[in-house]
Amino acid sequence: MHRRTARGALIVGVAAALAVAGCSSKTTDGGSSETSGTGESSALSIQPGVLLDSAGNEVASADVTDAADPAGSGNATCSGVSLAMAGALTGANAALGQNILYGAKLALDKHNQANPNCQVEMETFDTEGDPQKATQVAPNIVSNASIVGLLGPAFSGETKATGPIFNQSGLPFLTASATNPTLTENGWTTFFRGLGNDNSQGSVVAKYLTGTLDAKKVCVVQDDSDYGVGLARVVTETLGAAADPACSASVKTGQKDFSATVSQIKGESPDAIWYSGYYAEAAPFVTQLREGGVTATFSSGDGTNDPEFVKQAGESANGAVLTCPCVPAPAALADQYEALNGQAPGVYSVEGYDLTTIMLKAIDSGVKDRAGMLEYVKNYDGQGVGKKYQWNDKGELSNALIQIYKVN
Amino acid sequence: MSTENPAAAQPDPTELLRGPQPDKHGVGDAIRSWWNGLARPMQWLFGVPVIALIAILPVWRPPILDTPGTDFGGVMAQFAMYALIAIGLNVVVGQAGLLDLGYVGFYAVGAYTVALLTSPNSPWNKMTESGFFSEDWAWLSCLPIAVAITAFTGLILGTPTLRLRGDYLAIVTLGFGEIVRLLADNLTDVTNGGQGLSQIAYPHLGETEDKPYGVFSAGNTGGNLNSGVWWFWVGMVMVIIALLLVGNLERSRVGRAWVAIREDEDAAEIMGVPTFKFKLWAFTIGASIGGLSGALYAGQVQFINPTGFNVINSMLFLCAVVIGGQGNKLGVIVGAFIIVYLPNRAMSIEIGGQSLGDYKYLFFGLALVVLMIFRPQGLFPARQKLLAYGRQIYQAVRRPSDAPGTGPAPSGATTEVGG
Amino acid sequence: MIATSLAASATLYAGNIDFNIEGLTTSFWQLTIDGLSYGAIYALVAIGYTLVYGVLRLINFAHSEVFMLGMFGQYVALELLGFTPSGNAYNEGVVMTVVFLGLAMLFGMAVSGGAAVGLERVAYRPLRKRGAKPLTFLITAIGMSFVLQEFVHYVLPEIWPGLGGTNAQQPIKLVQPVEVFSIFGASVSNVTIVIIVAALLLTLVTDMIINRTKFGRGIRAVAQDPDTATLMGISRERVIMLTFLLGGILAGAAALLYTLKIPSGIIFNGGFILGIKAFSAAVLGGIGNLRGALLGGLLLGVMENYGQVLFGTEWRDVVAFVLLVVVLMFRPTGILGESLGRARV
Repeated sequence: MHRRTARGALIVGVAAALAVAGCSSKTTDGGSSETSGTGESSALSIQPGVLLDSAGNEVASADVTDAADPAGSGNATCSGVSLAMAGALTGANAALGQNILYGAKLALDKHNQANPNCQVEMETFDTEGDPQKATQVAPNIVSNASIVGLLGPAFSGETKATGPIFNQSGLPFLTASATNPTLTENGWTTFFRGLGNDNSQGSVVAKYLTGTLDAKKVCVVQDDSDYGVGLARVVTETLGAAADPACSASVKTGQKDFSATVSQIKGESPDAIWYSGYYAEAAPFVTQLREGGVTATFSSGDGTNDPEFVKQAGESANGAVLTCPCVPAPAALADQYEALNGQAPGVYSVEGYDLTTIMLKAIDSGVKDRAGMLEYVKNYDGQGVGKKYQWNDKGELSNALIQIYKVN
Repeated sequence: MSTENPAAAQPDPTELLRGPQPDKHGVGDAIRSWWNGLARPMQWLFGVPVIALIAILPVWRPPILDTPGTDFGGVMAQFAMYALIAIGLNVVVGQAGLLDLGYVGFYAVGAYTVALLTSPNSPWNKMTESGFFSEDWAWLSCLPIAVAITAFTGLILGTPTLRLRGDYLAIVTLGFGEIVRLLADNLTDVTNGGQGLSQIAYPHLGETEDKPYGVFSAGNTGGNLNSGVWWFWVGMVMVIIALLLVGNLERSRVGRAWVAIREDEDAAEIMGVPTFKFKLWAFTIGASIGGLSGALYAGQVQFINPTGFNVINSMLFLCAVVIGGQGNKLGVIVGAFIIVYLPNRAMSIEIGGQSLGDYKYLFFGLALVVLMIFRPQGLFPARQKLLAYGRQIYQAVRRPSDAPGTGPAPSGATTEVGG
Repeated sequence: MIATSLAASATLYAGNIDFNIEGLTTSFWQLTIDGLSYGAIYALVAIGYTLVYGVLRLINFAHSEVFMLGMFGQYVALELLGFTPSGNAYNEGVVMTVVFLGLAMLFGMAVSGGAAVGLERVAYRPLRKRGAKPLTFLITAIGMSFVLQEFVHYVLPEIWPGLGGTNAQQPIKLVQPVEVFSIFGASVSNVTIVIIVAALLLTLVTDMIINRTKFGRGIRAVAQDPDTATLMGISRERVIMLTFLLGGILAGAAALLYTLKIPSGIIFNGGFILGIKAFSAAVLGGIGNLRGALLGGLLLGVMENYGQVLFGTEWRDVVAFVLLVVVLMFRPTGILGESLGRARV
């Protein structure tokens, strides 16, 4: 009896509270004077800043009028050849892989529409950005004889893990995003990097931090990925004395709680913090930094450079300095991209577009197998939307440009 | 059920002394008793063609078994590895009754031993131009080292923890499995942490013009004899060796001690079985077989990092043993086949954007629960053979008792213990 | 013993671990305060493990998934109340925030409690009826743990788009952590206070239930001697179900407190490591002992925090596992010893 009335009262109370709560409007639409957070992150976005070359000098944006057009001549014929794309299409850092895929799709779409006798497909292989998963996926790519070119893998770690497989089977693999410098030192003959590597990105951004931003003390924080560690090494070397070893820290992929690192950094009061890793960890990290009272400039590289970072970090992302060896899409291309894919282009979209264009041109010129594609790409010399593409014998681009972005 | 003649006035005393006979019904039992009736050379005569057939399978690729969407040779290679793991785990869980949830730790130690000795990323790289650690021989040389080190790890793990029972042992081994993974992840100076160790040595065999890296390299994607098939054959050889070894142990004093420990450890201790020593044996042997499989894995994939050795794989290994039949070393091989083959077969079927193969942990977890409730002994329950020549003795003493009045048949010569 | 210590020292040497004692001493109090708030969460989950073990002698492996489901439950409640995920915290004022959090906690508790009872009904009861071996119970528990994880991983996004899946849920933050006061140089935030106070309150209530109510007497009776308890008229099945329910409810509360602290931690495998740590805490304090669970939880949280500064952040989880192994090896009954089944002295 006692219990029943108590239970009844509880139910009525809960229902009443629910009703009150449900009916009240949340202060979401910026009505109240206090900070009302919502998805009003459209207030914050990543804006491109200066474009620098590998020496750190400013250059003007490339002229796109003579960029290679995937449509080509319009009367190409081909059959039985296809392309593949491998990268993080699901998982914590999926936005980065999606950007590449959508860029590639734009190029494919233009080509297939213009060339009715040559319809090229691109098969996608999701690796979740995990090198372990990539090694399971790679044999499926190489065993498919009709795949003559691979756009990917997307991340440095998975490229390092699967590179020998692609190299040994003679499949050309062109990456739009893997920036670890040591990748081209493995002696692979079929690897081509479609953007600058971290040697240029790291040194340029370090000089930017100490020069333009005038930071005397920088804390370098790295994650445990191949990309993060490699980039942090270059940044620390270039920073020299400015990199404070007392507050350099390493975090793990998937880590959500950074309180120990935050208190360590707070104790050192740096002028700037460099985070070397992907946005899945960068967003909670910067949030906890700001909550912990650290006001130093937050800077990070291409792994963080995505609207997802701003969305997940909210106000904490304001003022962050992000870099990329990739370039933003020019307006015309951006419109076409958005019309096809329903969202604005992100980092690596342009590289995905350009590299796919190169492979399509190879197919249009009559390439039917992997050896032919390899020859074509090796000898390619042409202008893409973002930059000029010509590879040295190791697979590096002959010139590299670093774009600085800012979250405002 | 004793075959009593309903017309007989009294039950035949020899029947009573013989003891209860196991129920003989079903195809499995019929096959089993037929197989037991054969002499050993006859068993080999039947066995070799079966083994040859299994070896030919990935080359022939019958459409009913073929896996669209992924390479069948690769699937079979993975199956051989998991079969090895299942045999090893069977020794620990099925034979000795010790629930080991951290078996993936031994798998990791074996793989990392090979990787640390041969990968250019590792500070302990031993590769040389010629000799034992030259490119051609390095993997083979590392194999016994990997087994030895993993056995030693099993020893280290077992010594402090095997005093614990049941639940506690399970949790501690789970903890150890995670500790091994975390050590691999954190000791970045040695294991390269999350970046992993790449370019691990593999046996260089059959290097020709169009296969410049040999038949075992990942680049060998040619037709039906691709690298997966070759690794499968190597794995099969290992599985057969492991089966012979474990089978011998089963029929010896060690195996009987394991059964005693599994059924009632206190009673075994009272009867004079040195339980701790034999539990440690089980652990060490299980660990070495796990390490062997890890070495196979490292050579095949040529890249390892800690994420591949997480605890959910331990669950999968346990599934193979439980589904196949705990204590039945051939049954767990079938269990391993189910675990590997079904998700790969289902890979081409898509449900809601995910291939069905991704649901494998869900399905196998469910299978585990359902099986434990309704058929805890697994698909192929173990029937223990405890004597080295048990079959012959049983047959020898059985025949005289068919004729009445020749004396009671000793029923203690063989004990058929239900799994 | 010698072998293990050899191995341990070899590991320490290989890892180039330099003991950061200085870091430990400078932020000692901050680490202690943070550790206590983590420890409070571990304690609440540990009570679930300890109760079930006391009554059934079974380690409920799937309890970590009960916690995880509680996290998703309170997330759903907040979404139903109209909140959307964003990077910034909502600011609804103290009273309304408490109301919203309370509602979310109740919903999370309901989900967790329901999951725990369902687990018992579906997985453990059939085994009890069939008189299964303890090994079988364990294997089933592990199986259920992974079934629940993978259900949230793959099936839930199909049923309720936006929930579950490979990635963590986008956080809905109701409380912005701000420092409320400072003690010995360590800042204590509002989140920390809420967590510790709530956990202590809940533990107190649970302790009162176990020791002062009829239901609690039933639990203690079944823990001490199931057969005699049945003879005395206590329904064993009912007591077992209510034990699971109680553990589940506490796990649901812990889930909400955890998301207050780590808003981006709502992911399908977010309960797993925490579950093992909570079990370590239960063992540390004395399995079957309620106050031991509290003590063990707080102790583990604090030691973990010290360990991660002393050895490096990446060694945080290792501390918990090593502690578990050490306790089980040297003092399996824990600090306070088993006591659920014994008369309270």
